[in-house]
Amino acid sequence: MDAWPNLADIAASVNSGKSKAANLVEKSLVVLAEHKDFDVTISTLEERARTRAYEIDKQVESGKNAGRLAGVPFIAKDNFLTFGGKTTAASNILRPFEAPYQATAIEKLEAEGAICIAKSNLDAFAHGASTENSDWFVTKNPHDKTRVPGGSSGGSAAAVALRIAPFAVGTDTGGSIRQPASFCGVVGYKPTYGLVSRSGVVAMASSTDVIGPLTTNVEDAALVLDIMAGRDELDSTTIERHKSGYTDLPLGLKGKKVGVVAEYFDDSLQPEVRQVIVSAIDLLKKAGAEVSQVSLPSLPLALAVYYIICPAEVSSNLARYDGQRYGHFAPEAKNLEESYELAREQGFGAEAKRRIMIGTHVLSSGYYDAYYKKAQTVRTKIINEFDQAFKAHDFLVGPVAPTVAFKIGEKTADPLSMYLADIMTAAANIAGIPAISVPAGKDGDLPIGLQIMAAQGSDRQLLGFAKSFEEIAKW
Amino acid sequence: MSKLSRDDVLKLARLSRLKLSDAEVERFRGELSEILGYVEVLDKADTAGLEPTYQVTGLKNVSRPDSVKPYQALAKELLKNAPAVEAGQFKVKRVL
Repeated sequence: MDAWPNLADIAASVNSGKSKAANLVEKSLVVLAEHKDFDVTISTLEERARTRAYEIDKQVESGKNAGRLAGVPFIAKDNFLTFGGKTTAASNILRPFEAPYQATAIEKLEAEGAICIAKSNLDAFAHGASTENSDWFVTKNPHDKTRVPGGSSGGSAAAVALRIAPFAVGTDTGGSIRQPASFCGVVGYKPTYGLVSRSGVVAMASSTDVIGPLTTNVEDAALVLDIMAGRDELDSTTIERHKSGYTDLPLGLKGKKVGVVAEYFDDSLQPEVRQVIVSAIDLLKKAGAEVSQVSLPSLPLALAVYYIICPAEVSSNLARYDGQRYGHFAPEAKNLEESYELAREQGFGAEAKRRIMIGTHVLSSGYYDAYYKKAQTVRTKIINEFDQAFKAHDFLVGPVAPTVAFKIGEKTADPLSMYLADIMTAAANIAGIPAISVPAGKDGDLPIGLQIMAAQGSDRQLLGFAKSFEEIAKW
Repeated sequence: MSKLSRDDVLKLARLSRLKLSDAEVERFRGELSEILGYVEVLDKADTAGLEPTYQVTGLKNVSRPDSVKPYQALAKELLKNAPAVEAGQFKVKRVL
């Protein structure tokens, strides 16, 4: 796997005229073609990418700076609305869809000269933890083709691991950036909820959906975040960016108070994963971090909370797919009612249907208080426990997932076992806090990530700490 | 409470505007019951005195000036994905 330089170095090289955006685009397309058998991408945006590269090279030739990501190729998960091809969210119902506008995150990246090369595979509508729920195909793990890359941003994680592009963007609703990052051995960053605009990204669970980067190192993740972060008039849930930005990071491990989350080290944790995480924690101790155990007793409930809130919001967000204005439609329908029912029956896969119906059930009158309201109240309890933990600790650490990448087909027969893959990541989404997966070690060929979480709004501190960890964890 | 009947699934499918096949009804009856059984663990959680959290940003009443602005996409582009268009409008099956 031929490495790419750091993003800032690529951009500097393009801006100085030393390398050409056009060549970087071709390099990315060649690597993409070489790894065709991993089924990483759904579509390639070659024509638009080549045109943009030409324009960027022209800009540089005329003496202008083409931006902080000048000529840098990237891959976008196929739930980001982009020009130059289709946006399907890996679902049959959006198979014919061509976006009439672009996601704010994509617009911001393009404004800094980045070039979207291709759209990566995901579990349809980001519902899943393996890409096996994709209505297209299953992406293969770059380190073992018989295994999943994780999900739902599995295509984005695999693309970065295979060095198809130096960075990718994904979405994380219950772990969908961090878990594939862990499985593929790349850095995956889930920012504080609201830090990156969700405008133009196919909605899943609006109260926990976040957008973030997948990269080969923390510094690159910070740069991509810095470009995407901030208020957006098109997304009323966006928050102010930190006034110091996200690139000039506070570094150092010495004296940092690190809490090891006790609940993550139960019997379900695979021994090989435990060993890597324990070694990583030892490294932190040796580097002078003040490590202690911390308990968040309600954490084991986070997944149940998530699998009520998420389908509830999914059932509402997927109500818009009615086969009338865009997406799959059923010409054979005899009346309006049937045109809804057939478009949705034919266009949604099994997992989307499950979530829509679970969501409809937990929101229906008579069940609302018992399920939805109860879940949102336990959510408060979990948030309170995090608040308490962050009073005594700067960061919380633990595994990202209980296992390494699992075998393709291992969990597909039992939807609930697939849900359990999110067991260590969903809490951060419920609480809206930032969290990252940083490569920490391997079990044989299979990568294992360390999860680090910080208090809401502490993205700068978290990225700085993760970067410092990365420096001592070279393996 | 968590065990769904065939009629429960049909009702949910109807509310969700999904025309399920018979095989799907049976399959989802089992799967949905299992998932609902799992989330029932929350019943035991003590939440006395706690309020639900519906969003985490703390933002309130985010508004903008009520003024006309040019939109990124033109009407023509917004219609290009429609299965049926007539006179610049979405065409749907008879409503009445």
